[in-house]
Amino acid sequence: MTIHNPPQIIKLAILAVGGQGGGVLTSWIEDLARANGYYAQATSVAGVAQRTGATVYYIEMAPATGFPPVFSLAPGAGDVDIMITAEMMEAGRSILRGFVTPDRTTLITSTHRALAVSEKMTPGDGIASSEEVMTAAEIAARRFIAADFDALAIKNGSVISAALFGALAGSGALPFPREAFEAAIKAGGKGVEGSLRAFGAAFDAAGQSAPMVEKPVKRLKVSGPARLLAEWQALTARVAALPEPVAELALPGLRKVVDFQDLKYGAEYLDRLGKVLAQDRAPFALSREAAKYIANAMAYDDIIRVADLKTRAQRFARIQKEMRLKETQVLQLTEFFHPRAEEIIGLMPAGLGARMDVPKWHDRLNRWFNKGRRLRTDSLPAFLVLHTLGGAKSWRRRTLRHQQEQAHLEAWLATALAQPYDLAVELIKCRRLIKGYSDTHARGHSKFDRVVAASLKIATRDDAADWCRRLREAALKDEEGKALAGAIQTIESFA
Amino acid sequence: MAERSFKAEVEHLRLGEGQTFTGEGILAITKALLESGVGYVGGYQGAPISHLMDVLADAEDLLGELGIRYEANANEAAAAAMLAASVHYPIRGAVTFKGPVGVNVASDALANLSSSGVTGGAMVIVGEDYGEGASIMQERTHPFAMKAQMWLLDPRPNLPSIVKMVSDGFDLSEASNTPVMLMVRIRSCHVTGSFQTRDNRRPTLTVAEAVANPRSDFSRVVLPPMSFAHEQDKVKNRWPAAERFILSRGLNEHFGPKDAPLGIVVQGGMYNGLIRALQRLGLADIHGQTDIPIYVLNVTYPLISSEFLSFCEGKENVLVVEEGQPEFIETQLGSYLYRAGSSVKLHGKGLFPMAGEYTGGVMLDAVEGFIRQAAPGMLPAAIRAPNQDRVQIPDLSKTVPIRPPGFCTGCPERPIFAAMKLVEKELGKHQIAADIGCHLFAALPPFEIGGATMGYGLGPAANGAFDGGGKKRPVAIIGDGGFWHNGLSSSFTNMAFNKSDGVAIIVDNYYSAATGGQDIMSSRASNPSKATKNPISKALKGIGIDWVRQIDRTYDVAKMRDTIREALTTDVKGPKVIVASSECMLNKQRREKPLQAAAIKEGRRIEAPRFGVDEDICTGDHACIRLSGCPSLSVKRLDDPLRDDPVASIDQSCVGCGNCGEVADAAVLCPSFYRADVVHNPTATESRWAAFRARVISWLQSRRAAKSLTFEGIA
Repeated sequence: MTIHNPPQIIKLAILAVGGQGGGVLTSWIEDLARANGYYAQATSVAGVAQRTGATVYYIEMAPATGFPPVFSLAPGAGDVDIMITAEMMEAGRSILRGFVTPDRTTLITSTHRALAVSEKMTPGDGIASSEEVMTAAEIAARRFIAADFDALAIKNGSVISAALFGALAGSGALPFPREAFEAAIKAGGKGVEGSLRAFGAAFDAAGQSAPMVEKPVKRLKVSGPARLLAEWQALTARVAALPEPVAELALPGLRKVVDFQDLKYGAEYLDRLGKVLAQDRAPFALSREAAKYIANAMAYDDIIRVADLKTRAQRFARIQKEMRLKETQVLQLTEFFHPRAEEIIGLMPAGLGARMDVPKWHDRLNRWFNKGRRLRTDSLPAFLVLHTLGGAKSWRRRTLRHQQEQAHLEAWLATALAQPYDLAVELIKCRRLIKGYSDTHARGHSKFDRVVAASLKIATRDDAADWCRRLREAALKDEEGKALAGAIQTIESFA
Repeated sequence: MAERSFKAEVEHLRLGEGQTFTGEGILAITKALLESGVGYVGGYQGAPISHLMDVLADAEDLLGELGIRYEANANEAAAAAMLAASVHYPIRGAVTFKGPVGVNVASDALANLSSSGVTGGAMVIVGEDYGEGASIMQERTHPFAMKAQMWLLDPRPNLPSIVKMVSDGFDLSEASNTPVMLMVRIRSCHVTGSFQTRDNRRPTLTVAEAVANPRSDFSRVVLPPMSFAHEQDKVKNRWPAAERFILSRGLNEHFGPKDAPLGIVVQGGMYNGLIRALQRLGLADIHGQTDIPIYVLNVTYPLISSEFLSFCEGKENVLVVEEGQPEFIETQLGSYLYRAGSSVKLHGKGLFPMAGEYTGGVMLDAVEGFIRQAAPGMLPAAIRAPNQDRVQIPDLSKTVPIRPPGFCTGCPERPIFAAMKLVEKELGKHQIAADIGCHLFAALPPFEIGGATMGYGLGPAANGAFDGGGKKRPVAIIGDGGFWHNGLSSSFTNMAFNKSDGVAIIVDNYYSAATGGQDIMSSRASNPSKATKNPISKALKGIGIDWVRQIDRTYDVAKMRDTIREALTTDVKGPKVIVASSECMLNKQRREKPLQAAAIKEGRRIEAPRFGVDEDICTGDHACIRLSGCPSLSVKRLDDPLRDDPVASIDQSCVGCGNCGEVADAAVLCPSFYRADVVHNPTATESRWAAFRARVISWLQSRRAAKSLTFEGIA
């Protein structure tokens, strides 16, 4: 049995994060109620939201009868009629706190995410699951209205508070007509036009109450001289001949390595993949992972790649679009580079580079080059430097870095393929650990080495693959590798 | 410049007799002060009464017209000491500060003020910071009222009750020659509502008039033997006078029927929460009409034995609703019952949890539990015997991440802590003491810097035991607000005098930022009524600290790092102090955004910076986030089957502070960050040059594109 309130008081809570205009939304709702013959009371805890924390705004209202009701100052669990949450995890929080109950609560939420620090700082993927919250919301709420009201607001040149106000109106949960809501916006007097547009769009969206997921379908487009296009077609034909689960990743893999170097490099990629496939059998888990990670390993991050990516026409176009650059404006672009001796030696021809890879030369090169460089890629001198570096693809094959990367790649593949099938799949996936630049890159390598070494120690055990997976996941949990060290200790206890 | 401007609302403070005021609790309190004829007001900001100080500051003109003196006191002790004006002079005065921490700081002055007693009404408005959104809630204000013997007012949380209590409180103070405390809880400071206003009153004697005709009376000085006399006066005269006044004015309230076998005693501030529980149990209507007698303590100290015992007459069970611990009120009421030989059963803690906020759910459970024991027949059948299973809602406690407040977008403190983390990587972990203020957010991830906070202005003092030095130096962090509040004397002279070998970093963001951006001594803004622009480094030199490094752009992470490293490794003896100065970004944006928009409109040349990340260069390690935590720097999943981990991404809210680029450079992270400066209204030459460069660049790009394959979209 659920407890019934006196029906006259409408209780509305808003959970918002910093900068979402929870205060504005609250005062609109309060004004709306008062203007329509209701007593209304609002409370909030000022200051928390502004500093990126999550906070509750709370409003109660009841028809004015000449004698004011006793309103509560905070929402109670199981005692909220309308719950508005301005972000997906805040919807989760409102459910967690008991503000959403099946007997009475209309839950209106924006489905977009503003990630919490804990989700962002994980070296791997720490993003919380919106699906779990969606599932819980379907069960917990009497009515559930969800849409990306943030995107809707931005699309209409406004902010989320206006869209949520529109969703509230569209939900019909308050006994006031649409015009009354719009009047409250107009009375506010700030950014009225944009607010009304976002309000209207959200009003309609809430009425339909179907989650609005628009996923643009991206297709691969390739352009270039006919001779190269023909060669590309030949390579894609080889991909098409692969088993489907492998081809699915081999096509983006091929694109990545060709984009990184050239078509010949692409052919080498398919050759390597072919060797893996030769030892594989359906359902081809090993080759599928190999298709992905061999491509990632072959398209390593060197100065040439960075310089190339930084000077492409598509990049300039993308940034201009992101910054909403107008015709009359000028864009200045500053890049932050910090070259170290390692990078410079890496660019040297393999023989010379190997001879220079000694402390004396490291010190010397660090003295000459190791400092922060701000390059203005919109200026000709800096652009030319990077453009030239980015074009040095024929040079790349001769560099020390290339030789090192190739050796590492071959050793990794050989080690993995020599193991039992399941462990081989997991070892291939461990390539995910190698990422970043400089220290981060070194740390990634060290984690990779430790995971591989520990896994090989127990290679003959039946659960070796499972342990390898656990080690990899532990390595992605924190920067210093504390979780990894713990997992390795466990392995050593029975290895 | 304070966080929120009340210039528009302040006009409501001029409303006269019989008009209706509609607005927020803090404004209502300010209006009530003016209606009560105060002669001086002051205080120290802090949640939840920060805005009360901001209202007073914005109302300075009006205060001036009425002959009221306004002081933005250096700290709560200074504010409480200011009430000394009411000792000898019949002038009403009020100061405001936040709950327990404010009374802690002020307790010396409060004790002496109470001992001397007052002639004019003296009121301390305390923002009780307890429950959700609270920052300092480790203690109650209540025992301070008890120990200093000040009367504690806790009115029902609606505007008419609060306003009436301000007025009654001054009368009570004068009738009993005792200062009073008016407690307002965090949500009642910001609760909205309406009340009927009265005319503002000029003080009968202004402070200016009083100081022209000084008075003194040694019998009021807190010195033996007079203090012994004060002690007797407190209990023999002032206390009985207060009780008489409270009874005659009917400050405590009764609701519901007189005769019933049970009753509830409630702190005024908890009344609405109690009524809500009764409404939910079907025992009260929306106006609070109920069949259960309720005794509302709008005055929670002193508790009046006679009034309480007469409420208990004929009752078998009485519940005390008292939030927080220890349960001072319940204990006192229990002793009244015991001494009277009463058989009434007293309920309270036990049904209620000893600690923690009395939320809606807690209140409902406790009140229902009480009525089940005391009068189960009163409960509706549906509640007495629930027969429906609750729907199982999936547990999200492992899914939903916590979201504590943190540094704002573009905060100048972030690069300081990024630099500290970089130094930590080189030199290892250090003993770090923090203070109170925004910088304390550094204790949270991603920085996790600092392990203790002892109080406002006490950061460096908290390292006193370690200041003798050792293999590693201790580091203390303190804000500019804390420095001027109390830090200069308690922390820095302490360091200087004891020849500390420690390091202190002063985070100077030009304001008392955490409390809402109020001006302080070292603020760089011109303030017509306050002395600003006094550099902290000058004060340090004045007390003999010579190793002082002034950094005027905290965003220079490399310089920050090098300076911190130097402080930790230099051979110089004595305190090492770094003053890290950059303006609070919230305030800066509030100040500059309108100016910039106007300049762009006028056609002046403006560069607007914003940062971005090249997503194909970012490898998704998130090292940048672990050294930043900026709200505008987030991660996103790419629509690329080859990528496992989300990549860094910067959203529209970026203010272009430059921290991420500086960190990427100083920590040698990666080259994926870029800064894009959009030049509004460029000069003609500039535009021509840009167009020329764009043509050359575009020619080079298409030349290369013609010789290789270009991919667009994702396979």
